Amino acid sequence: MSLSLEDIQRIARLARIRVSETEAAQTGEQLNGIFKLIEQMQAVDTGGVAPMAHAQEVYQRLREDAVTEPNRREAFQAIAPQTEAGLYLVPKVIE
Amino acid sequence: MTDSSLKQLAALLAEGKTSSVELCTEYLDRIAALNPTLNAFITVDRDKTLLEAKTADTRRAQGGTGTLLGVPIAHKDIFCAEGWPTTCGSKMLSNFVSPYDAHVISQFKAAGMPSLGKTNMDEFAMGSSNETSFFGPVKNPWDLKAVPGGSSGGAAACVAARLAPAATGTDTGGSIRQPAALCNITGLKPTYGVVSRYGMIAFASSLDQAGPMAPSAEDCALLLNAMAGFDARDSTSLQRDKEDYARDLTQPLKGLKIGLPKEFFAAGMAPDVAKAIEAAIAEYRTLGAETVEVSLPNMGLSVPVYYVLAPAEASSNLSRFDGVRYGHRAAEYGDLTDMYERSRAEGFGAEVKRRILIGTYVLSHGYYDAYYIQAQKLRRLIAQDFIEAFKQCDVMLGPTAPTTAFDLGAKNEDPVQMYLSDIYTIAVNLAGLPGMSLPCGFGNDGRPIGLQLIGDYFAEARMLNVAHQYQLATDWHQRTPEGL
Repeated sequence: MSLSLEDIQRIARLARIRVSETEAAQTGEQLNGIFKLIEQMQAVDTGGVAPMAHAQEVYQRLREDAVTEPNRREAFQAIAPQTEAGLYLVPKVIE
Repeated sequence: MTDSSLKQLAALLAEGKTSSVELCTEYLDRIAALNPTLNAFITVDRDKTLLEAKTADTRRAQGGTGTLLGVPIAHKDIFCAEGWPTTCGSKMLSNFVSPYDAHVISQFKAAGMPSLGKTNMDEFAMGSSNETSFFGPVKNPWDLKAVPGGSSGGAAACVAARLAPAATGTDTGGSIRQPAALCNITGLKPTYGVVSRYGMIAFASSLDQAGPMAPSAEDCALLLNAMAGFDARDSTSLQRDKEDYARDLTQPLKGLKIGLPKEFFAAGMAPDVAKAIEAAIAEYRTLGAETVEVSLPNMGLSVPVYYVLAPAEASSNLSRFDGVRYGHRAAEYGDLTDMYERSRAEGFGAEVKRRILIGTYVLSHGYYDAYYIQAQKLRRLIAQDFIEAFKQCDVMLGPTAPTTAFDLGAKNEDPVQMYLSDIYTIAVNLAGLPGMSLPCGFGNDGRPIGLQLIGDYFAEARMLNVAHQYQLATDWHQRTPEGL
């Protein structure tokens, strides 16, 4: 397998990371090296093996439907890049 | 005092021979003198530390006790600590001052341990050399030309140079054990789920686990007592009875069965590392332990499996860094997507971007089964190997890293070579088992060598016993770098 420049740009768009053409070329080379390592996985027959997502067999716990956290809006918004009237500001998304 | 163990420091404080303020001042002075050389800390705040020390002294004056009350600790900069900059080694969070405490931080606060500051680390814990940090590489106190290991490189270096008597670390693929080995300290990664991940900035959530780093196994046991415990705010925190991890330290090792995974001793280990590990095995036999060869046939696949699963989880976890609620936002942007793309391009370093891209790709349509699901299936095979092998032994033993610390810059340009330096540690995270590294000698280059112990699930106390008995018989862990 070998990733093309277009592949890199497509993945970067999905990941919401801007990459320049020079970066894409360099990154592509490194990713291809890493995928060569990863391809070793394909040599193993894993038929009948259940995927393991997690180290412990645990299930989501339920808790009482009760308020446990205080409202700390001011503390949380104090570290935001841009807020106004208690809201986070982003570029306009609806015309 | 900076040469004392945690137990000795605790005794000095309990006997009133020193105060937390005096102790912290001594460490802060050492940090001020040596950190410009080592770069082990990202943030030091003398006033904050001394305020916490005063609080500890007041608690003691009012009758407060507690093994670790007043003993300082350094925290890896991956733990959110209220009022402290918490950068995770990234430009993305270089302006982030945490509004809350991680569970680990609040546990140590409750124990009365003042924070000496936030230690340097690979960006978002992605690295094995501490060179991916936005705040510059950490130097290995044993040789300033060498890396300290990573990702908890600052933690390992600061303990090795005795800038702190103890430190917190996190381990996703070896990030506690490998730097502990490269810096001649003791570090422990607990069973997955033993320490809460709440407030610990997530890298690969199914693998991340916090643990203690200190000169000795006994120190680590005392620290783990403070760190471990159920926390409802982490959905994978395990509900178990409280344990005393120091309870078995003094047990003799007669009859202990040590498993030697033959894959650990195959080609790949440097000769000087192999020699030190063989000497450690001989020491254990003298202490009454038996050794038995075991096999982990799928271990060789742990690196490729890890580099699918960890980036996949990371690409999802790091999507929260979008320049909206906290962290870096680009100065110039057009629409919303442009703002995301520019903020993330500017905020993340090259290694973090690489891993996000790998993760995005293996989770994308058409590749999910071939990569992500295949990796999860192999993860089960790797975990089953350990379960089988533990039927024949109590603990497993091998090297922590294939070589001593490599030179700064040596593996920077070749991610695959860097990834392969974690060959002995990654499988333990995939299985969710506890593991630790302890000092066991020095290589031909004079750099430290680490011995890795792997325990069965929840066998931390037994593993600490095995480590402590070795440390009673040897003095590798008491050696400190000269000239610092």
